[in-house]
Amino acid sequence: MANLSPTVPASAQFVLPKRPNPILHFVRAQPMGAVSFIIIIIMMFAGLFPQFVAPYNPLDIDFASILAAPSWDHWFGTDAYGRDIFSRIIYGSRTALVIGFASSALGSSIGAVLGIASAYFGGRIDNWIQRFMDILLAFPIIVLALVVVAALRKTVIYGVDVNLIIAIAIPIVPRVARVVRAAALSVNVMPYIDAARAAGYSDARIIFRHMAPNVTAPFLIMFTAFIAQAILLEASLSFLGLGVTEPIAAWGLMLSGNAADFYREAPWMVIFPGVAISLAVFAFNLFGDSLRDYLDPRFKT
Amino acid sequence: MEAVVQSHSRAAQSSVPLLAVEDLHVQFETSRGIVRAVQGVSYTVNRGEVVAIVGESGCGKSVSALTMMRLLAKTGRVTKGRILLEGRNLLDLSDEEMRAVRGHEISMIFQEPMTSLNPVLSIGMQIMEPLLIHLKMTEEQAQVRALELMQQVGITDGKRRLSQYPHQLSGGMRQRVMIAIGLACKPKLIIADEPTTALDVTIQAQILELMKNLSRELGIALVIITHNLGIVARYADRVNVMYAANIIEKGSADDIFLKPAHPYTNGLMRSVPRLDEPRGTKLQTIEGLPPDLRMPPAGCRFAPRCPHRLEKCSQPIELIDLGAEHSARCHRVNEIMSGALKIEFPSGDTVASQAQIGDKPLLEVSNLKKHFGVKAAGAGFFSSEMATVRAVDDVSFTIAKGETLGLVGESGCGKTTVGRVVLRLDEATGGSIKFNGVDVTHHSGRNMRDLRRKIQVIFQDPYSSLNPRMTVGEIIAEPLKVYGIVPEKKARLDRVGELLTQVGLFAYMSERYPHELSGGQRQRVGIARALALEPELIVCDEPVSALDVSIQGQVINLLEGLQSRLGLTFLFIAHDLAVVRHISDRVAVMYLGKIMELADRDEIYRAPLHPYTKALLDAAPIPDPRVERARAPRALRGEIPSPLTPPSGCVFHTRCSIATDICKQDVPKVRELKTGHLVACHHAG
Repeated sequence: MANLSPTVPASAQFVLPKRPNPILHFVRAQPMGAVSFIIIIIMMFAGLFPQFVAPYNPLDIDFASILAAPSWDHWFGTDAYGRDIFSRIIYGSRTALVIGFASSALGSSIGAVLGIASAYFGGRIDNWIQRFMDILLAFPIIVLALVVVAALRKTVIYGVDVNLIIAIAIPIVPRVARVVRAAALSVNVMPYIDAARAAGYSDARIIFRHMAPNVTAPFLIMFTAFIAQAILLEASLSFLGLGVTEPIAAWGLMLSGNAADFYREAPWMVIFPGVAISLAVFAFNLFGDSLRDYLDPRFKT
Repeated sequence: MEAVVQSHSRAAQSSVPLLAVEDLHVQFETSRGIVRAVQGVSYTVNRGEVVAIVGESGCGKSVSALTMMRLLAKTGRVTKGRILLEGRNLLDLSDEEMRAVRGHEISMIFQEPMTSLNPVLSIGMQIMEPLLIHLKMTEEQAQVRALELMQQVGITDGKRRLSQYPHQLSGGMRQRVMIAIGLACKPKLIIADEPTTALDVTIQAQILELMKNLSRELGIALVIITHNLGIVARYADRVNVMYAANIIEKGSADDIFLKPAHPYTNGLMRSVPRLDEPRGTKLQTIEGLPPDLRMPPAGCRFAPRCPHRLEKCSQPIELIDLGAEHSARCHRVNEIMSGALKIEFPSGDTVASQAQIGDKPLLEVSNLKKHFGVKAAGAGFFSSEMATVRAVDDVSFTIAKGETLGLVGESGCGKTTVGRVVLRLDEATGGSIKFNGVDVTHHSGRNMRDLRRKIQVIFQDPYSSLNPRMTVGEIIAEPLKVYGIVPEKKARLDRVGELLTQVGLFAYMSERYPHELSGGQRQRVGIARALALEPELIVCDEPVSALDVSIQGQVINLLEGLQSRLGLTFLFIAHDLAVVRHISDRVAVMYLGKIMELADRDEIYRAPLHPYTKALLDAAPIPDPRVERARAPRALRGEIPSPLTPPSGCVFHTRCSIATDICKQDVPKVRELKTGHLVACHHAG
């Protein structure tokens, strides 16, 4: 062995860069990602412990201050029942996070696995998976979700309607699967995948260890984009009476319920829930982008 | 520097040179600092002359050419220097004036004929475009000229070709079209950036011959930028050798090849295996890597890799004139030229004892066939009419334990497919593969897993053969973990370190990601990964062809060292005849899916029997102008036929100089003419 050492390149002896604390490094490398992460943390805290943040009970009806404009008493104003909008937004973040995050995570993950498997196995399996995805794509999102909700009914676990999550996740699956499949097809012909096959690794190992990490870029973009879609879809389903129902505080519901009747007189009824949804979507998208860059070793110095 | 420039311009005063590059400095601003890609480069090109710029990747040779065309990327900036075309400084021209120069006075030929032609425009349109723009010709005039050009670059059947599109042409044909476009406006200067690197040897020879003839007949000066010393020997009048943004030696081709002054030039020539010299035990190699151009060494840039460096080599150095327009940038050049200093490069392990070659074959491939179905040309959208590509057609060979079988051929000959079928990455259509006497052609499941351990692979492209998301350590440790070879984590780390040392890397590199390593280092990681499974047979698919010349030698030596140490058996697939000859014990030559000739390495190079083998050997360049000039002009004409419609009878008969009627009718049988020398030719022997 020692005899081979002369072939070591002389200039290869430069010092190994120390791999820093990942959190600190992330903050330094992706400042915008850190900002968005803080927004997400705040939302999560609000969702987990709304009682510590919200000044009022979100369900308390106060006929004395119906449609009150924003003031020191009601920061974001009140709605048609005199309920405090700020408190409702705080409480609503739980619904938004759970439904939005969970259904996008579920739908995108299944979509990614199907997409990679489709590209990896090819041939008949690819054909079957893709035709099934085509069928799902043929239905408008809202119709598909409606059918699933109607078929599955409500199954509430810990106050969360699991079937609602599934209903929103299903339309996400084919959309992610198509994009991830396209990326996976180009990864599939890379020599390092051949090397993995030649080493006799199992299909599962090649899919999860070798292909999946190399399609994270499109996956993360789709995943974060669909969190936003999911929050909006949940709102639509709520409006149709199939999602979260009054009086539970939910951003989508706040936008779509009787706010529609009062937005001229009380624009704060729609502005603040809208801002909340936008901020959440913005934070998740930004965080997804930063995470993608951060996880790509080629972006590291 | 200034003095050197002066002396040069004096030497060429009799006639003002066509092109003079004077003290050119180019830098790129990148996110990681300023890369000084070209520093103080000066050279001249006279009318009708062929000047070569030779160097490894990243030495600045292409950047200097792109600067001439003013085609630098936006981040690039010329900080100093002039580029004079007939006394006019190209760097001072307005964009409008420069556009008139490009394609009209100077034209450029790029490396990749596949991508440098626009796929949606017809060939005719692309040749006529510069004529219509620069010479304001009418359609009719342009068409006449285009046909004339096609003839000049050796494209027969020009009329039909004019209406064809790039995808309908082979690589060699496309490069001819590129040359025709370059010639269209009768430029004074053609810059060819690696014009033949993407082409096969026989086609490469044709194209170079063509370019040389054109430049001689039409008086066009030619600047050839290349990493291949061999092609330069035959065609260049003068050579500039670049290293780390500097020209380190310049002179006439004879001077550079026969009396190289700079240690780097010497090293470059010795680290390539040569066809015309007996196979030495080991190649001499230049150790290490070129310097980082963000912070190059203050003194001689080659000093860190130079085996003869002295204290004074850390001082800056300019080109030193050696007379007769020969100059070199080396502190010890006088010692070298007077013969007082003999340049020696280390050759790694000089006692490379030949690995013990066993009697029993380790791998027996018999009548192997691999056919691919592709949609037939001209088949309708809904038609499922299929055509068959016989990528591998009836191939048989054996490899004994500890032996290296070289598999050579041009692109599309099926050599890579043979490797993939042996690796069982593709299923054989017919025939059998025996490993250690066991038929493994249709192994699956548990048997297959056991087989995978014993047959491993090293790929060509070190950039895409490593998973970019895994560290070097993870890549090498993975097989150890999956197969439970080293189940314990700590021990596994030790083993990874051991494997890295074995391939000439350091254990600490296991923390790195592939993109943090150089091409040569990555290839070593690929080798370590293959070794992790302790295989008996390694399929090496062009393992050095993507590497720089000085790195190639290092990797070849490593492979040879590992073979003798670990008793490995190699199936070595390559297109470079000299490399194959150097590393192989026996060589098989493939053409269009068939083996044409198979014999002992020395035998096949000394006394080739098949006309195709002869043509291949003929076409391979040798880095020595004397040898090259003495060689006959290249005989092999034409292109490799499409594997969709292979010729009847002997597949080589369309290009063969001795073909007769029988060759068109009967497929020649493989005959053993001498012991161990197999040939498939009606007329051999």
